[in-house]
Amino acid sequence: MTTAPRPDVSPLTPEESAARHEQWEMVVGLEVHVQLLTRTKAFCSCSTEFGAPPNTNVCPVCLALPGALPVLNDQAVELAVRAALALDCKVHETSVFARKNYFYPDLPKGYQISQFDQPLATGGRLVIGSSEDGADVAVRITRVHLEEDAGKSLHDRYAGATAVDLNRAGVPLIEIVSEPDLRSAAESAAYLRLLKQLLEYARVSDVSMEQGSLRVDANLSVRRRGESKLGTKTEVKNMNSFAAVERALVSEYDRQISVLESGGVVQQQTMLWDGARGRVRPSRVKEGSDDYRYFPDPDLLPLVIESKRVDRIKREMPELPAARRDRLAQEYSLARSDVDVLTATPELAEYFESVARAAGDAKAAANWVMGDVLAAVNARGQPLETFPVRPDDLGTLIGMVRDGVVSRTAAKRVFTEMMETGRPPAQVAADAGLLQVGADDQLTQWMDEVLGENPREAERFIAGERKLQGVLVGLVMKKSGGRADPKRVNQLLASRAQQGK
Amino acid sequence: MSSSPLTEIPVRDIARGVRDGSLSARTVVERAFDHACEIGSGAGGLNIILAGNERAADMADEVAETAQRTEFAGRLAGVPVALKDNIATLDMPTTCGSRILEGYVSPFEATAVTRLREHGAIPVAKTNMDEFAMGSSTENSAYGPARNPVDTSRVPGGSSGGSAAAVAAGLVPVALGSETGGSVRQPASFCGVVGVKPTYGRVSRFGLVAFGSSLDQIGVFGRRVDDAARVLQVIAGRDVRDSTTADVPVDTYYSAANAERLDGVVVGRPAEYFPESLDPGIRSLCDRALDALRERGAEVRDVSLPHTDLAIPVYYIVAPAEASSNLARFDGIRYGLRVPSERGLAGLYEETRSRGFGPEVTRRILLGTYVLSAGYYDAYYRKAQAARTLIADDFRSVFQAGVHVLFTPTAPSTAFPIGAVTDPYEMYLSDIFTATANLAGVPAMSLPVGRSGGLPVGGQFIAPHFGEAKMFEAAYVLERALGEDAHR
Amino acid sequence: MSIRPEDVRHVAHLARLAVDESRLPALATQLASILEHMEVLQRVDTNGVAPVEGVGAGSTPLRPDSGPPIPLGHPIESFAPEVRDGLLIVPRLATHGEEEAERSP
Repeated sequence: MTTAPRPDVSPLTPEESAARHEQWEMVVGLEVHVQLLTRTKAFCSCSTEFGAPPNTNVCPVCLALPGALPVLNDQAVELAVRAALALDCKVHETSVFARKNYFYPDLPKGYQISQFDQPLATGGRLVIGSSEDGADVAVRITRVHLEEDAGKSLHDRYAGATAVDLNRAGVPLIEIVSEPDLRSAAESAAYLRLLKQLLEYARVSDVSMEQGSLRVDANLSVRRRGESKLGTKTEVKNMNSFAAVERALVSEYDRQISVLESGGVVQQQTMLWDGARGRVRPSRVKEGSDDYRYFPDPDLLPLVIESKRVDRIKREMPELPAARRDRLAQEYSLARSDVDVLTATPELAEYFESVARAAGDAKAAANWVMGDVLAAVNARGQPLETFPVRPDDLGTLIGMVRDGVVSRTAAKRVFTEMMETGRPPAQVAADAGLLQVGADDQLTQWMDEVLGENPREAERFIAGERKLQGVLVGLVMKKSGGRADPKRVNQLLASRAQQGK
Repeated sequence: MSSSPLTEIPVRDIARGVRDGSLSARTVVERAFDHACEIGSGAGGLNIILAGNERAADMADEVAETAQRTEFAGRLAGVPVALKDNIATLDMPTTCGSRILEGYVSPFEATAVTRLREHGAIPVAKTNMDEFAMGSSTENSAYGPARNPVDTSRVPGGSSGGSAAAVAAGLVPVALGSETGGSVRQPASFCGVVGVKPTYGRVSRFGLVAFGSSLDQIGVFGRRVDDAARVLQVIAGRDVRDSTTADVPVDTYYSAANAERLDGVVVGRPAEYFPESLDPGIRSLCDRALDALRERGAEVRDVSLPHTDLAIPVYYIVAPAEASSNLARFDGIRYGLRVPSERGLAGLYEETRSRGFGPEVTRRILLGTYVLSAGYYDAYYRKAQAARTLIADDFRSVFQAGVHVLFTPTAPSTAFPIGAVTDPYEMYLSDIFTATANLAGVPAMSLPVGRSGGLPVGGQFIAPHFGEAKMFEAAYVLERALGEDAHR
Repeated sequence: MSIRPEDVRHVAHLARLAVDESRLPALATQLASILEHMEVLQRVDTNGVAPVEGVGAGSTPLRPDSGPPIPLGHPIESFAPEVRDGLLIVPRLATHGEEEAERSP
């Protein structure tokens, strides 16, 4: 938390905070904007590529030059419908694009093409957990609609000026609006994480908050526990991470309670999250200035999506997280907690399954992926897709351990080498001399050397002190550089002790 | 009225002559261009031309050369065309008759212009218009009022007054205009030329600067029916850049060019377009035209379009509402006029827009913003769109009842003196017989039916959706039947 | 429904038009007299009549998700009032943080 002063919010002791939570319930609905994974913009053929030089992905349409007209991108419809179906929504046969009119420097037409009273889809749900009796806990989805993004305003680049880049103007978005079903900041964050995961699995977006392809606004009100009537809500904006959402919700929750407890009333207004100061503050924009004058966009006809198309999109839906979790648990007999880790992203689940198939050993594959692979991927900070150890190679390595070709210890070194060079495991193991040695001649020689170098231990061992066997095996392994087959060394030592008696 | 013999040659003959080499495209085009500069320009002239195409003569040479090298150089080879200044062109500015776009040259071209050029037509000039097509007299231009070549003290009608006058004055044989509520047909009537508004969705609006997007349509002026038919033929059809263009085959509009009779054709005469108060001169010329149609075998049937009186109220809600949104893009940020202000961005917006837009545009933006604003949307915009359905249903029922085309006067008056109409609503009533076709999306055209008090009067045909071919057939026959009477 | 000077002020602000305070009453009168002619619509029964929404039939056409975009015949610099490093320049928003929140993406 910040140490900055909070003049308008009295700092609460943990006891006061707990007392509030007992009395007041937080009620949250979220509006999430997600950029769709299309090659071109929603209403023109400009590229949606991120990071191009300013105002290079623009054309007469997205610059709103006089006389230019919008034409809807088929793939944007496809992905929006897929997202809506993934959220269990009803996709409407007819939806209507409307103009949302307001002036802003990065809104070229002076209106945003969006959907208003006839959205693409309504009435969905997202399961965010289960209750004690095992029933699903779901958040209701009010609507999913299709719209275009605005451009980007840079306020800090030049003194006294705002600079506008319209590369993002016209990029297709869906807005996912939830009912006010969320009851805490943690629950809201869980909803967001699961929504993000669902959209990744459905392959409709790369849902990156850093690149702005996922943005969240919240509607929040409070009420005394047991009350059924909703309180006056405020809109909370300007949150740039899931963590910021959680903190902003708590901040606004506290603020509203303070207002109500001091006898005031909550004003319907927009609050902005100020990350640097760690608190929300009211927007100075006057209420009532947001009269968007929606009306159906006459440049576009209603969007009609035939049920045949909806059925096909449903049929071709990629496997979604819940189904994948169930299948992994069943098919590979894995613990639920392991499955949750392995299905965090579709890429990781895919990676795991490929390793498991190549290795023919799901348990070992799961251990490797959850252990060494995730640790290495996290340390690298790069996406899994670019991880140099490909699943087939890891599968081969697991097989080599099982077949005694390399030892467990050596396998770790092989893995490290594979990560650095991307070479296949057999080659790495051979070149580094890590292939396991099982030949008795070599093993006996190492054993003799070890016994010769440690005469006292050798004597005690031969004399019957069998617990020393582990130490001796370790010494042989060390001498062999990890290549000795520990199983065989054990056998050889045991028979030496027998002979010695 | 000054005219050039070269540009009185029918479009069909210019193209044929240029193709077979008997006519020099360069001469035709240069003649039109010179005329445009002399007669059409501002100050002492008619003030109907806002810009000329310096490249026109070279383009004519290119067309002539192509015509010689290849079999087919296009159906409009060497035909000089004037374009209303709200149609985007690469070689000339596109100002919409507004200060806010003074000097603005579009970096792309309207689909209609591209299609004209592909068929060998040469854009020679941009024509004066009511600012952003808002007006019925071409007096609301930031570049001064245009004059009617028939009587220079009078308006040419509007908003496409410059294009109508350019054809009437013989500067060009054909011109493009645009319609939202009658802006081609009414000036055609005032100037004594043919003006066609196609079915909504027949001609691409891509590159036509939007006014009322659900009503806007590019239209054609010609000296004769055939000239207009041949230009529409080329620009009509589906365009992937305009979502509202229809994927409906384009009929051959000039197939009835030689028709003499209209046997079996039912012409409806809607009572609402012939009110008691109708100007007697206009009434008698329309009656004469109806007689001529009967003589040529048509059955004239009295019909009723009961919701006609709703057209102006509906139109003046829907069009300004759409305009208020369409004109939001003129904000001084990406193109056009920018008036800096000490009040930062908010001041820049307001100063730019207030100085850039004239009084009528300002009035309509305010009106349109009002009818869309919270609390008024249902009472005005939504109500108007529902009433619009009733107007469209009127047409649907008469056409379903077997009427092929309707015949009406085009405008309730002849060209009025410049400055004579000052009340906005009185001016709006100029569209009383034309706005219905825009609201219903049906095609309509005006053609000269005679003169009243020495001023041209237009008669209007209205046809069902995509019924242009039938409409042209009736127009061809009426034009032939009236002969020189149409201009007397 | 009569239109008052403050309505005109509000609407002018929404439309980003500077209207001199002194002209508000006259404009209000003018707009009111135009709107008076629209009152005829209130007497029309439109129950069960669907408003026109998009002229034409069928679905809005869809384009394939591919380029190239419609080219610009000349660059932004040739028509934009102020461009720096490829960016369009406007006066800095005094309350940019707040304005950011005013609009939804």
